[in-house]
Amino acid sequence: MNTSRSASLTLSGRFAALRLSGVPLIPMAILAALVLIALFADVLAPHDPEVGTLGDRFRPPAWLMGGSDKHLLGTDHLGRDVLSRLILGARVSVVVGFTAVIVAGILGTGLGILAGYLGGWVDQVIMRITDTWLALPALTFAIFLAAIVGPSEMNIVIILGAVYWTRYARVIRGEVLSIKERDFVRLAVVAGCSKRTIMRRHVLPNVVNSAVVLATLMLGVVIVTEAALSFLGVGVPPPKPAWGLMLADGKKGLMAGYWWLTVLPGACIMLMVLAANLLGDWLRVKLDPQLRQL
Amino acid sequence: MSAPLLEIRDLSTHYVSARGTRVVRAVEDVALRLEAAETLGLVGESGSGKTTLALSILRLLPPAARIVRGEIRFEGADLLTKSNAEMRRIRGKRIAMILQDPMASLNPLFTIGDQVAEPIRVHEGTGRRAAWGKAGDLLRAVRIASPETRLTEYPHQMSGGMRQRIVGAIAISCGPRLLIADEPTTSLDLTIQAQYLSLLRDLQRAHRLAMIFITHNLGIVARMCDVVAVMYAGRIVESGAVREIFNAPAHPYTRALLESIPRLGDAQERLAAIDGQPPDPAALPAGCAFHPRCPKAMDRCRDADPPPFTVASGHSARCWLWDS
Repeated sequence: MNTSRSASLTLSGRFAALRLSGVPLIPMAILAALVLIALFADVLAPHDPEVGTLGDRFRPPAWLMGGSDKHLLGTDHLGRDVLSRLILGARVSVVVGFTAVIVAGILGTGLGILAGYLGGWVDQVIMRITDTWLALPALTFAIFLAAIVGPSEMNIVIILGAVYWTRYARVIRGEVLSIKERDFVRLAVVAGCSKRTIMRRHVLPNVVNSAVVLATLMLGVVIVTEAALSFLGVGVPPPKPAWGLMLADGKKGLMAGYWWLTVLPGACIMLMVLAANLLGDWLRVKLDPQLRQL
Repeated sequence: MSAPLLEIRDLSTHYVSARGTRVVRAVEDVALRLEAAETLGLVGESGSGKTTLALSILRLLPPAARIVRGEIRFEGADLLTKSNAEMRRIRGKRIAMILQDPMASLNPLFTIGDQVAEPIRVHEGTGRRAAWGKAGDLLRAVRIASPETRLTEYPHQMSGGMRQRIVGAIAISCGPRLLIADEPTTSLDLTIQAQYLSLLRDLQRAHRLAMIFITHNLGIVARMCDVVAVMYAGRIVESGAVREIFNAPAHPYTRALLESIPRLGDAQERLAAIDGQPPDPAALPAGCAFHPRCPKAMDRCRDADPPPFTVASGHSARCWLWDS
């Protein structure tokens, strides 16, 4: 334990420590699988997800009565293959989820560092904006923005980034407040470094840990929000397959017993969010110096 | 005689509360001279203004502090009239500082080489490779074994004494003329302290560095310094050559300080202590700030603050006893 703790301070040592102490296998596997599926979606999908045969509407999954090997997970109300749509939907979720988290992360971390390090009116302005942002319910705010800019994948990323950067700004600012009192920052001041150099070379590397942990935890939130936006019709525009969109389409068939149209995309969303949260929790404990001391 | 390296004239630095109602005179009417290669010991109790004086020289005071008057002439130019950009070029390059806790002065995420090379790259615009080469030489200068491998290691892989020497190497990396050391040994144990002090002494000789050594340890002053300035409540109450002050202290406060050091072979059972408490810096007593605790206080001390009187050549004391 002792050796892994001291080694975990160096970058290469940190990865070694991560390897040693049991990466949570299940969430890692789920996320890795989803990323791979997203990457190779075109190859994996057995049918065109956007074109259906109306004669094959509402086919149940293959193992049920009336199902066929042609559509393993059945078809929807337009006769489109559910499996293919799920596979390409994974691409939407992964791409939107990761890029939105990164956009929000860069924006929030940058502003958090500026607020924390510069203090004064910069801090006041940024933090008051953050307070205002946090006071608005995230989903309502996102719907509002989406209604203004209109639906597209690119716009969703921008909206999610604009809604969620405040979470980072809050946490990072707090970290920076304590880091800037550390002696190595003061030594850099005494050594004649400019504020920009100090923020870039001494503050930023010390908050990256927190930002990464936060990003992993935010991944789940962002994916759910994306699905919700798509479900409400202000997210990914049809006929593109997105899990939230599939839920919205499928709910009409729920009463008629076409459960696979809602349960399957719902399960996909749940799996991905669960995996992201489990991984985030584990990373938080792993990289938190306070918890690491225990 | 040419101009001294550093000359401070009636410098006053005050802390002002947000509404301007409370004023703490942390540094008041301070005058100092320091020649190249000379070491000045700045002694005094906590809160006597030693660190504020040092930060005033570097112009790195906290926002509440104001330099209300005075002059700080370094290498012939007044530091108080310099722009922020000019001050940045002076900090680290012409005047370096070692902080109170050098153990915490290294960034845990960067290699030693990066950190020693940083001021060289900032101030001299040297490329990474050349700066690292110079960093290796610096580590050798502070007696770190196998500097090439040490350069690529991280702070947590070093012992406390080594980290401290590395901080010393960073301080001298750009060839400063003046080094301010703010209680650099308080966090070290005694044997390492002694090593570090002799290292600083050697570096000083090798580079003709002037040094301001802030401490409350009179033993270190006796060993390290050429001249001493004793601070009390923001004023320099006595200054002069080390030998002179230790042998014939002129100010009652200095005398009391020296008497409160235990000596080997001393028959005395109880250690002499200074009566009373250090004054509240926001509400200093009228007259001489030391008079409520002074065994030799006279009526005059209650009424007027004494100016510095010359005791001997280069030795002055702010005490009415010497008014004659």
